[in-house]
Amino acid sequence: MEIPESFLGYKRENGRAGTRNHVIILPVDDISNACAEAVANNIKGTIALPHSYGRLQFGADLELHFRTMIGTGKNPNVAAVIVIGIEPKWTKRIVDAIATTGKPVEGFSIEGVGDIDTIAKVSKKAQEFSMWASEKQREECPMSDLWISVKCGESDTTSGLASNPTVGNLMDKLEPLGVHLCFGETSELTGAETVCEKRGKTPEAQAKFKKTWNDYNDFILKEATDDLSESQPTAGNIAGGLTTIEEKAFGNFQKIGGCQFIDVLEPAEEPTKGAGLYFMDTSSAAAECVTLQAAGGFNIHLFPTGQGNIIGNPIEPVIKLTANPLTAKTMSEHIDVDVSKILSREMNLSQAGDELIKSTLRVANGRLTCAEALGHKEFVMTKLYRSA
Amino acid sequence: MSKTDIIIHDEKDNVGVVVIEKITPEQDCSCWIMENDKSVSIQSKDEIPLGHKIAMADLNEGDTILKYGHDIGKVVKNIKKGEHVHVHNVKTKKW
Repeated sequence: MEIPESFLGYKRENGRAGTRNHVIILPVDDISNACAEAVANNIKGTIALPHSYGRLQFGADLELHFRTMIGTGKNPNVAAVIVIGIEPKWTKRIVDAIATTGKPVEGFSIEGVGDIDTIAKVSKKAQEFSMWASEKQREECPMSDLWISVKCGESDTTSGLASNPTVGNLMDKLEPLGVHLCFGETSELTGAETVCEKRGKTPEAQAKFKKTWNDYNDFILKEATDDLSESQPTAGNIAGGLTTIEEKAFGNFQKIGGCQFIDVLEPAEEPTKGAGLYFMDTSSAAAECVTLQAAGGFNIHLFPTGQGNIIGNPIEPVIKLTANPLTAKTMSEHIDVDVSKILSREMNLSQAGDELIKSTLRVANGRLTCAEALGHKEFVMTKLYRSA
Repeated sequence: MSKTDIIIHDEKDNVGVVVIEKITPEQDCSCWIMENDKSVSIQSKDEIPLGHKIAMADLNEGDTILKYGHDIGKVVKNIKKGEHVHVHNVKTKKW
């Protein structure tokens, strides 16, 4: 298949391009959720991103919170941002960082004002942003404006046989076009960690990966969970035929095809080494992982599933594919791309990769994903440790 | 092309994955090895559902299970060729 050279995206002030044109109402902390949700309810064309944290965090955990908030606002799928926090200082830090992209952003704090007057004030600004963003038009953007993140979930053996290799095939075909790519899931590389380490393009990337994986493994051992039974693999994985974490890891690893990663990113860190594949240190929990990748600036997500994960994200469209014919049948409303014909050998991997590229471009151009149509907006912060 | 019942990733692998809804005991199954596009056959001993693994050889306690050409765990209970391979007879080497 000849791969198209462009897609229709929203060009942003900083040169990036979005596949979506969201106006988001971003609460800094848990107690500002009510206000954010009230504004999003008042003003059409805006979405609130409620979450559970943002108070009394400190150290690396607080830095991750800021990185996730700021990265979410900076993501090119977001046209404009309203930030609401209880206090002005943290709110301002987030607003100032998002403003470096040149997009419209404004912050509000609730303390000393109360919810009701804040909602009135914020709603006026949100209306202005929403009507401004509604005039943005899609324009032709080069394929290199696609930043594609990947993560699999509710995996079974069909994931490793077919749907993950389909994503790998897409990566092999799109990497030469200057696309940014990202995989994560530190825990789910357990068993394949030495094989994965060798995929680092440079000795530095390899060393960084090794340290990241070792740190994760030390954390698991320190927390005295000497076994990840029922979490890795999950009951769903086992029902689907996956027996051990090593088996799951080698299946997971098929998603990067033959690509090498050029750098290892902190959770929610934006890549800075140019086009190519990145590894991001993330949890393997679906919503946490995709939230971090979206905060890293990725604008479209590919999600292979075996037994049928149903995840979506509020700002980054999540395209789901499966090779499990039963899942494709019983959960069809969640499956964007059915590659189960690989198992019956009516379709080869390269044909499946082409189908996935076509679907990815349709979604990049504006077609709703199943998760978007069904209203899935999982926005889940990763918390490193308990708050002070 | 005959119908494929089982797919094996790598020639070195000692397990294959059932890719039809299920295989039944004493079913003659055709297997396809992805790595080299070869075909082999095996007779099953158990009923094995879609996505679950079948032993391609007799395996003894302590043996290593190979899939994708890699070590994915150890045998904890002897397994006969054609039997179901899963959490009841294989464990991780990690924990």
